[in-house]
Amino acid sequence: MLREGRPTTPEAIANDAGGIETFSGNRGLRIHEPLIFENGSYNRTGVDMEDAGAFETSLGGMDREESDINLPGYSEPETMRHFTRLSRKNYAIDMGFYPLGSCTMKHNPRLNEKMARVPGLSDVHPLQPLSTVQGSLKVMDELSHWLKTLTGMPAVALSPKAGAHGELCGVMAIRAAHEAKGDPRKYILVPESAHGTNPATAALCGYKVKAIPANDEGRVDLEALKAELDETVAGIMLTNPNTCGLFERDIIEIAEAVHAIGAYFYCDGANFNAIVGRVRPGDLGIDCMHINLHKTFSTPHGGGGPGSGPVVFSDRLADYVPVPDLVMLDDNSLSLKEHVEDGDANFGRMTAFHGQMGMYLRALSYMMSHGSDGLRQVAEDAVLSANYLQASLEDVMTRAFDGPCMHECLFSDKFLKDTGVETLDFAKAMIDEGYHPMTMYFPLVVHGAMLIEPTETESKHELDNFINSMRGLASAAKAGELDRFKGAPYYAPLRRLDETAAARNPVLKWQAAEAAE
Amino acid sequence: MTKYTKDHEWIIVDGDVATVGITDFAQKSLGDVVFVELPENGASFSEGDDAAVVESVKAASEIYAPIDGEITAVNEDLEADPSLVNSDPMGSGWFFKMSIADAGQLDGLMDEAAYNDYLKDLD
Repeated sequence: MLREGRPTTPEAIANDAGGIETFSGNRGLRIHEPLIFENGSYNRTGVDMEDAGAFETSLGGMDREESDINLPGYSEPETMRHFTRLSRKNYAIDMGFYPLGSCTMKHNPRLNEKMARVPGLSDVHPLQPLSTVQGSLKVMDELSHWLKTLTGMPAVALSPKAGAHGELCGVMAIRAAHEAKGDPRKYILVPESAHGTNPATAALCGYKVKAIPANDEGRVDLEALKAELDETVAGIMLTNPNTCGLFERDIIEIAEAVHAIGAYFYCDGANFNAIVGRVRPGDLGIDCMHINLHKTFSTPHGGGGPGSGPVVFSDRLADYVPVPDLVMLDDNSLSLKEHVEDGDANFGRMTAFHGQMGMYLRALSYMMSHGSDGLRQVAEDAVLSANYLQASLEDVMTRAFDGPCMHECLFSDKFLKDTGVETLDFAKAMIDEGYHPMTMYFPLVVHGAMLIEPTETESKHELDNFINSMRGLASAAKAGELDRFKGAPYYAPLRRLDETAAARNPVLKWQAAEAAE
Repeated sequence: MTKYTKDHEWIIVDGDVATVGITDFAQKSLGDVVFVELPENGASFSEGDDAAVVESVKAASEIYAPIDGEITAVNEDLEADPSLVNSDPMGSGWFFKMSIADAGQLDGLMDEAAYNDYLKDLD
């Protein structure tokens, strides 16, 4: 870029403004956007003058009732601009690096979007006659085939709508399998480092949760686990790689011990990205596992699209796949089993319709465009990126555990000790650096945890920029630059929000400024 | 008599009633407490059972029953003002009172000196 004669970088522009305040309150392309409730009165209609006075309005008797939320009527361009301006204040994987641990915020390839918009596949209705949607059913069948092959499992339920919904599906199947034998049992074992949804799922299914401690390596304490195993235990819910970013090396021994008492092994597949194409969970002795299509298979998430959490089942649980379920008829056409029939073992209906069709298309597009070798490289590159970050930061930050990591690296806040800077402040300063913060204060087993997951998306160039920022921040914290952290973010559309007040005294409904005071 | 658990709870024993709360170290680790869920009056717990929940801006944690017994009173002030846990953890930020089913269990807990040593070891 030609830099002569005019300032172009953000710093130069900020310094060059010379304190000039604009009349609009906008800052050039950084446009101030008011809340929709505060942008004019409810009398705005978008199609007519706000107060037509003695004249009849063009609303044809559709005048709105007065309302205390003061929602103005926007015209189409005003509506477009309102939401576009808001979206520009947001952060997204399409804007920058998004290292949110355990969330696998990877690039959403545009080929997926193209496939999801193919008219014959995008314009279907869930109540259409099945003979007219054989193509869509074929997509579901093909996706099922890939999921079963990649996991080494014989059965799949596509319908669950997200990871936690998949957990619910899996544990309901476990419960149904125990009930079929006459006793649902009492406990589900969950490691301390588990995603919070795991114990929540177990509790929702009527089980009591027993927490299994981690050992010094950040993995499940095998002896503590075995000590809890008896015939009151219905199953275990384990994440592998776990939320410390480590592979559970004892997983086969865990599976054997769980099976020996007639219990089932649920695996939280949130971190499947680290092992896809390399390890088949079925070979490890896992009985059911959800797969986040919106993580491992690149469908949009984090406000960008719905989740989708298909669940794969081993032979031991294959009879418990809920409806609706995809089936092949004798004439080789595909159909949907919609209702529970006499003699079925399954626990019933999981969803009203058939799941997130748009996400199935995107995930299948991702699988087929990568191929099995490409998916294997996805896992390899994701693990390589995380280890590169870990190795590049370990001398200035404090690693939580020794040894190589899998797809995410975990640091504790020990390097911030006595600096006055806390994990939260560090995360806010990352916003000023132009990055979405990492996952913080999770997993709970590590003090002030910072969990960084780069995914395979990022180039070495991008990782190096990030490393440079993180090293800079770590040095600044140790050098006592408290203002940089305590006041952060300085460069976000809004400064730091009062999370404590928001939680202690939530105001869930918009109030006019006078009323709020 | 004040006793402490490894989970950073304190118990003040007064006759046959034990008052339970969390220590200053615990409230500092949690950060600003935003919600407290208390047990039902009359509920009975065994040592180690989940008796209450404390939620901060960082995390949600269980409060365990430090001994066997029955809940005789809960601190309803915490429901309206959970910040008492931060401002006065050893006093007005108490969680619940319970009966003492087995006084012998108290012997297994730490006194103040032992708890302070325990905190030093955590560093």
